[in-house]
Amino acid sequence: MKRTVKELKEIAREIRILIIKMLTKAGSGHPGGSLSVADLVTALYFKVMKHDPMNPKWPDRDRFILSKGHCVPAQYAALALSGYFDQELLMTLRKFNSSLQGHPDMTKTVGLEISSGSLGQGLSVGGGIALAGKYDRKDYRVYVILGDGEVQEGQVWEAAMSAAHYKLDNLCAFLDYNKLQIDGKVEEVMNINPISDKWRAFGWHSIEIDGNKMEEVLKACQEAKEIKNKPTMIIAHTVKGKGVSFMEGMVNYHGVAPTSEECERALKEL
Amino acid sequence: MDKEVATRDVYGKTLQKIGSQYPNIIVLDADCSSSTRTSWFARDYPERFFNLGIAEANMMGMAAGLATCGKIVFASTFAIFGSARCFEQVRDSICWTNLNVKIVVTHAGLSVGEDGASHQAIEDVTLMRSLPNMTVIVPVDGIETERAIIKAVETSGPFYIRLGRAKFPIVLKEDYQFQIGKAVTLREGNDVTIIAVGLMISESLKAALILEKEGISTRVINMSTIKPIDKEVIIKAAQETKAIITAEEHTVIGGLGGAVAEVLGESVSVPMRRIGIPDVFGFSATPNELLEYFKLTGLHIAQTVREVLS
Repeated sequence: MKRTVKELKEIAREIRILIIKMLTKAGSGHPGGSLSVADLVTALYFKVMKHDPMNPKWPDRDRFILSKGHCVPAQYAALALSGYFDQELLMTLRKFNSSLQGHPDMTKTVGLEISSGSLGQGLSVGGGIALAGKYDRKDYRVYVILGDGEVQEGQVWEAAMSAAHYKLDNLCAFLDYNKLQIDGKVEEVMNINPISDKWRAFGWHSIEIDGNKMEEVLKACQEAKEIKNKPTMIIAHTVKGKGVSFMEGMVNYHGVAPTSEECERALKEL
Repeated sequence: MDKEVATRDVYGKTLQKIGSQYPNIIVLDADCSSSTRTSWFARDYPERFFNLGIAEANMMGMAAGLATCGKIVFASTFAIFGSARCFEQVRDSICWTNLNVKIVVTHAGLSVGEDGASHQAIEDVTLMRSLPNMTVIVPVDGIETERAIIKAVETSGPFYIRLGRAKFPIVLKEDYQFQIGKAVTLREGNDVTIIAVGLMISESLKAALILEKEGISTRVINMSTIKPIDKEVIIKAAQETKAIITAEEHTVIGGLGGAVAEVLGESVSVPMRRIGIPDVFGFSATPNELLEYFKLTGLHIAQTVREVLS
């Protein structure tokens, strides 16, 4: 896809606007982590991944799994802007009978590869898809975004171990490293560092970037494509609540939706 | 023909057979393949078998991922690890998503024997039956095991198939046609009904012979599909006989007994007794000692019938 960095930044801004709007309308949800991951999601959907909104089951598509499923507003916005479904649907987020559930539900939303929400599951699923890709001799790539708190879950490390064992170099994971979780700073709740060393020790190629800088995200994705025989983990340092000044770096916007007044303030900034 | 065969051996052989008919079958195991016999499939089709090591949660997630790519996935390990250890992953990644994964576990119940409580799955049916979209089957013998595995391959969606470790007596005939959700009345009778699964069927048939000598006519039903359960046959038995006994190599809480009680509670009132493990953990002993200790025998089933009828 031939989009420029400038165009991608503009799309990321649109996604952030949609995140704020849909969460305000929904009255519940997770703004902090949805905003921090918006640049990664933009890069993947609008530049890096080969996919076809008109053909969501295209067998050769790249796959994306949001293992940190609570930040699905970012993914819904990307799917809508890509053309998987009508943008109007975004305002039905979390409502009764909505096709947009509070956490990803593949049985209800077009464009989702798996259901998620309970942390720690997505990398295993991504590993299974990557394994299928190797077995079928296809060259699609599998992208999985994890949260930083999420890597406290043991299953993540089971998945890490098996991905390296089976040399799944078509698997590329990201850590949305915004340093905060529900009960406070990750390093205070349950320290995950040295995080890059851990992934390397598990046999992964590990890169660290500023996850809110589009150029760095794109460069890292390209580097991952060139690594052979091992999967890649991109540790993306981000700011929770990125783009909305009063949410940036704040723990309490993890799981509380903006009020309509906060929404107005946020949209003005964006 | 063999009078008894280990259902896990039949699983191993059946996988080898259907492996050629279904090129998109992938088999996963969690370091138990020599015991679950998935290693036999692995010998024939090494490129379609993946060991995930002692990591059941990851195995179930990977099974789900493979299933999203059109594979028919078999995931095997010991029953306790394939149900309890990774319960949430089965729930979220396989059942909530309704993906085509067949969880076939072995060494269920007390038949593990000397390994003791940690390895004896006595609550797995309760767990699995609580999951929407899950089909739960406890094959009674080698013949039903083969037919159930084939039916599972032909039917889209999640399956949990519970096999044992020891040899089970052959109870069904070669021309048996397995149908999901259809119980089989193995013996007609009109005084009392015994509904059982797995190893308890042959014990129930022994009990029926004992009771026949005492003038008690016993109906024996093989309820191999515990979910979706055959409500009709249960209601019919409640209407036509005086009491219902359930028997399973499993806790009395929430398994076959629980499922039958749920049906009866909302339909026909009839005295009922659940035979199974009485809400305690197992322990190390030979399988036969354990079955005797927990009264999972024809003699005790017959005694229970006498008590209920009196």
